[in-house]
Amino acid sequence: MQPQHNIRRLVELYSAMCRIRAFETAALTAHKEGVIPGPLHVSIGQEGVATGVCLNLRASDRITSNHRGHGHALAKGAGVQGMMRELFGREGGHCRGKGGSMHIADFSVGMLGANGVVSGGIPIAVGAAQGLKMTKSDAIAVCFFGDGAINRGPFLEGLNWAALYHLPVLFVCEDNGVAAFTRTEAVTAGPGVIARAASLGVPGETVDGNDVMAVDEAAGRLVAEVRSGKGPRLLQARTYRITGHTSTDAAAWRDPAEVAAAKTRDPIEKLANLLSERGVAASEIDGIRSAAEAEMAEAVADAKAAPWPDEAIAYDDVQDVGAVAFGGRA
Amino acid sequence: MSVQSVSLVEAVRLAALQEMRRDPTVWVLGEDVARGGLYGQYRDFLPEFGAERVVSTPISESTIMGAGLGAALVGTRPIIEMRIFDFVMCAMDELVNQIAKIRYMFGGQAKPSVVIRMPHGIWRNSAAQHSQTLESWFVHLPGVIVVTPSTPADAAGLLVTAIRSDDPVLFFDPKNLFPVTGEVASVIEPIPFGKARRVREGRDLTLVSWSAIMPAVEQAAATLAAEGINVDLLDLRTLWPWDREAVCASVEKTGRLLVVHEAVEAAGFGAEVVASVIEDLGPAGIKAARRLGAPRIPVPFAPPLEDAVKVTPDKIVAAARGTMR
Repeated sequence: MQPQHNIRRLVELYSAMCRIRAFETAALTAHKEGVIPGPLHVSIGQEGVATGVCLNLRASDRITSNHRGHGHALAKGAGVQGMMRELFGREGGHCRGKGGSMHIADFSVGMLGANGVVSGGIPIAVGAAQGLKMTKSDAIAVCFFGDGAINRGPFLEGLNWAALYHLPVLFVCEDNGVAAFTRTEAVTAGPGVIARAASLGVPGETVDGNDVMAVDEAAGRLVAEVRSGKGPRLLQARTYRITGHTSTDAAAWRDPAEVAAAKTRDPIEKLANLLSERGVAASEIDGIRSAAEAEMAEAVADAKAAPWPDEAIAYDDVQDVGAVAFGGRA
Repeated sequence: MSVQSVSLVEAVRLAALQEMRRDPTVWVLGEDVARGGLYGQYRDFLPEFGAERVVSTPISESTIMGAGLGAALVGTRPIIEMRIFDFVMCAMDELVNQIAKIRYMFGGQAKPSVVIRMPHGIWRNSAAQHSQTLESWFVHLPGVIVVTPSTPADAAGLLVTAIRSDDPVLFFDPKNLFPVTGEVASVIEPIPFGKARRVREGRDLTLVSWSAIMPAVEQAAATLAAEGINVDLLDLRTLWPWDREAVCASVEKTGRLLVVHEAVEAAGFGAEVVASVIEDLGPAGIKAARRLGAPRIPVPFAPPLEDAVKVTPDKIVAAARGTMR
């Protein structure tokens, strides 16, 4: 328990996590009903990482995310209606129905996009940091990726680059121990992400990602260091993916006891218990959760009722010059 | 306006220099660019613009490409230098999955205003990994502009347009033509994409080409003229968008079409040109339509072997005669 964690901050963190959980739970249900098309990767159990990091950022800061990006987007302030409509592929989605869950983006709040390619966001975040530095901005870039990403080349290239040019970027390795359907340790040699980062000149530290207060504290400190021009930093946040890789993956290969044990470390439950211990009334704690659920139920209802995008929209935003007109040739 | 005679590499250097002076958000990143670039195309940029705008990078193609994109997303206009076209293979995710799609899949929120320079083609017996011409791959990729100039003036004017473009532009420098000289205006005006340049006027055969093979095509056209075959020669200059109207108008006049490219013939852009013309004019309006490209083998090293796969003036003349039968 850090001294800065007064009740107000705890409630803020709790509320943000509840909103992510409620959003993804509602989306999962809608996906099972068949009203959300395509693949859906949820981050249930990992909410502490997105929340603890993003609540330390400014609106002008930029983030890049991975395929499991709903939490990062929501914590950075992305509009819920636009997000849910995007998942449904409906008009009014942030990406006009052309991205879906895997390509959620809300540039208006500095969310530069989820990414369908593992480690795809790393070079982009590094470049955003370089551009911000070049234009004398005091904003920083934060790059979320999973533990599976550290075995791809852009991780090595991107960290080397960020350290070389002393860029304002915070790398956040959301370490849930699994890369799609494979335990990351089974496919990763050496001592891991912190050692790799250190070897590339990027100082890193590890935190319990299911302890949102610990994430909040570490991220707050690292963000301040990055913003003050000290160069890139890396935060490894250990967490657990309660659900499967996609909404259709039951992850049945895992020992049920392991999943049950992980649920006892649920970041939301942990914080609810702490709030209770600190004297917050159960009705208030439940009220925060039910308010989040009500907000997301409303978003689902709105998305279900929203019209499909006009067919002509498929032809928009390809390119300015050499664009193919709707109904046109080639 | 004054005009100077310069090499192609100097022409593109002057174009980038002009645009970096004009717009402080333009910058260049790539291997050895602070030293002037592999060909001198950024010579003396470092002292004028400093290390923040002339960024010599590690040999990290993925990140050269991806960082260029990230920097564009926060409002700068990077020139991404790939050194030699073939190295873009190391950055294909960043180019194909990210840059080409980011505006579209985010519903117009992103503006990937980057120029990707990829000096391509057969050059100094550099063998299979430094000689490729795969421009047709990228015509197949929605979201990008494909630029393939062949003269100093075109390269300079098209580079200016590319740097000012909000679309991602793939700029294929014809590296074998870097020493070729031509006249370039002291103030380089942008040349619009999608407009072919008529190199030669004729009524017998429409000859279409682009990029580094153009001098060979011009030489062939001169030989053909001496034989009494007058070709209407068009340099497409850009492959997407491409000047379908100009090509069709020419074939309407000549009734015969030959498309020549340095790239492998199979599934090259020549196939697209031939098919488009046949679709637009109908087979009845066309007496002959064919393409000439390289055989479908990698570019070999030894000079006689390299010569064997190259499209040469002799092969072009023979193909042209074939269309006249």
